[in-house]
Amino acid sequence: MKILTGNDLKTGDVTWWTGSDWSRHVEDAVDVGENFEAILHEEEAARRVNVPYAIEAEMTEDGPRPAHIKDRVRALGPTVRPDLTLKPADPEAGNWVI
Amino acid sequence: MYQYDKYDQQMVDTRVAEFRDQVERRLAGELTEDQFKPLRLMNGLYLQLHAYMLRVAIPYGTLNSKQMRMLGHIARKYDRDYGHFTTRQNIQYNWIKLEDAPDILADLASVEMHAIQTSGNCIRNISSDQYAGAAADEIADPRPWAEILRQWSSFHPEFSYLPRKFKIAVIASDDDRAAMRLHDIGIQLVHKDGELGAKFYVGGGMGRTPMIAPEIRDFVPADELISYAEACLRVYNRYGRRDNKYKARIKILVHELGKEEYTRQVEEEFAHMKTLGLNPPVEELARITQYFADPAFDTGASDDLDLSDPDFKLWVDQNTVAHKQPGYAIATISLKPKGGIPGDASSAQIDLMADLAEQYSFDEMRVTHSQNIVLPHVKKSDLYALWQKLDEADLAPANLHLITDSIACPGLDYCSLANARSIPLAQKISERFADLGRQRELGELKLKISGCINACGHHHAGHIGILGVDRKGTENYQLLLGGSAAEDTSLAKITGPGFDEDGVIDAIETVTDLYLKERQEDERFIDTYRRVGMAAFKEAIYG
Ligand code: HEM
Ligand code: SF4
Repeated sequence: MKILTGNDLKTGDVTWWTGSDWSRHVEDAVDVGENFEAILHEEEAARRVNVPYAIEAEMTEDGPRPAHIKDRVRALGPTVRPDLTLKPADPEAGNWVI
Repeated sequence: MYQYDKYDQQMVDTRVAEFRDQVERRLAGELTEDQFKPLRLMNGLYLQLHAYMLRVAIPYGTLNSKQMRMLGHIARKYDRDYGHFTTRQNIQYNWIKLEDAPDILADLASVEMHAIQTSGNCIRNISSDQYAGAAADEIADPRPWAEILRQWSSFHPEFSYLPRKFKIAVIASDDDRAAMRLHDIGIQLVHKDGELGAKFYVGGGMGRTPMIAPEIRDFVPADELISYAEACLRVYNRYGRRDNKYKARIKILVHELGKEEYTRQVEEEFAHMKTLGLNPPVEELARITQYFADPAFDTGASDDLDLSDPDFKLWVDQNTVAHKQPGYAIATISLKPKGGIPGDASSAQIDLMADLAEQYSFDEMRVTHSQNIVLPHVKKSDLYALWQKLDEADLAPANLHLITDSIACPGLDYCSLANARSIPLAQKISERFADLGRQRELGELKLKISGCINACGHHHAGHIGILGVDRKGTENYQLLLGGSAAEDTSLAKITGPGFDEDGVIDAIETVTDLYLKERQEDERFIDTYRRVGMAAFKEAIYG
């Protein structure tokens, strides 16, 4: 599957396309298939997202998992500071990245 | 320390106002990201893995406690309560909001700081010896020269769009503590027949094509130093490879032309420039130099030191060095606690370091290229009290120059260019080698880790270097041996096929074991490696 990601223009937060909006959580990302150019264009122009792009991901029990480790680090946060990730209470969260 | 005059302050304040306007226009949609990106980069604002990242310049790594407190304030108010001190003697914040950036720059400007020329193809923040003005072995204070170079290079119109980024280091002793020959221009102040001048090394660098800068001139009289640097840059600006980003650094030009031809062209340009009288006026040099006068040392201070506390003794042994002033020492605060993140400091630690500098070091600190903080002027009789306060805040690891005093770039945990994570390796190695007795047995051992070929973590210059690579989507690590960033500059070589995370740590243990076995007398790791050669180490690792 293909999902869309970018950064929030104002805050820089990593965000994911939910089909109608942008979420901080990769779990909310939806498969956009191959027809995403128009969404990227429209969303960037509306300044709801900064430099959005499409990435490969696979659907798992826990939701979409980006194919590349870099995007998994983006989705979770720095593996060396679990307290600053989106899942500070989950000691296993780092394993999802690797 | 240097203090801004009204022109310096006006330049920086004007820049803040300009950037505030640019950010407003970006947020209002009047600028696209393509238009805005070069503008934000000119102000040190990158977009990294998790957010915007701000790189703040710390000129030649020198700062006072008011500035340090401001760095702590920024970490607390605008970031996530910490900052990362870098190998370029700067600090980076990883969680900056675009809408806050103008306020942050205004806060910085209020303490004579900024983020200008921390990105882009210009002359970057000048680096220098972290012991400048305090070292027992320096022939002159390099800081006035670093400051003149800073002023000359700030907003220099001719050098704002160079073929590629440009880094200059200035030192003034034979011991090179600033990786001088791995800079685009390395300047060493020297005396010749009683006159002060400089040796010039040009064309060093790390990145994907590491090179050691060759010496191109053994003596440039001090008052012609700026013109000579300008001549070096002019030849580069004219002929540097703008066609290919990977060949655009000056090291490639010097290499392709050959040192002799490059030097010939510089000399020609220099001769021409001398006819123009472009050197900074002598009064300007005098004005700048007065800011770097010695602090009011206690001339009666004693060299006696009570070393009866064994932990204190270890720290003094490892983390302090001789000061030019009797009764004083230079103390290094290691930002490499066991299992910690090299170079990271919390806002509370930043504040504490500021307080301690104010109390014990004439209000001065230095950031080192190995990501530690130096208190340059500590009275020996204050060392024990200082150490106790550092120890309480986890700031007293006695590991300077030892294997756990590693350099690590942000790597894949923070950097969008990374292939692999660097920090977890530094942490695991620091845990594996935690025993201080074992570390001291291994002696001086420079471990340097980069998460990709750009070499921000100086892996080419590590006695042991680690380079993170991407192997079919998984993190893989190459091991390198034999580099040095000191006066015996050398480039490390790759041992062979790469490893996974645990594998590379095991391999490091193998090479350190071999060193202990082969070591003669008081050889350091690097000395044994150079004597024994790569083959024996390879054999030990790969069989
Ligand atoms: C996270 C954002 C960073 C980015 C995007 C970045 C990018 C780069 C790139 C592209 C190069 C290679 C330049 C070339 O060879 O032409 C480089 C080199 C370098 N960077 Fe970084 N870097 C980052 C962070 C850092 C940090 C945190 C440090 C200090 C710890 C650092 C220090 C250096 C040094 C020392 C070099 C190599 C020296 C040289 O060849 O001049 N960088 N960086
Ligand atoms: S070496 Fe590579 S991974 Fe590390 S900070 Fe530099 S660009 Fe990023």
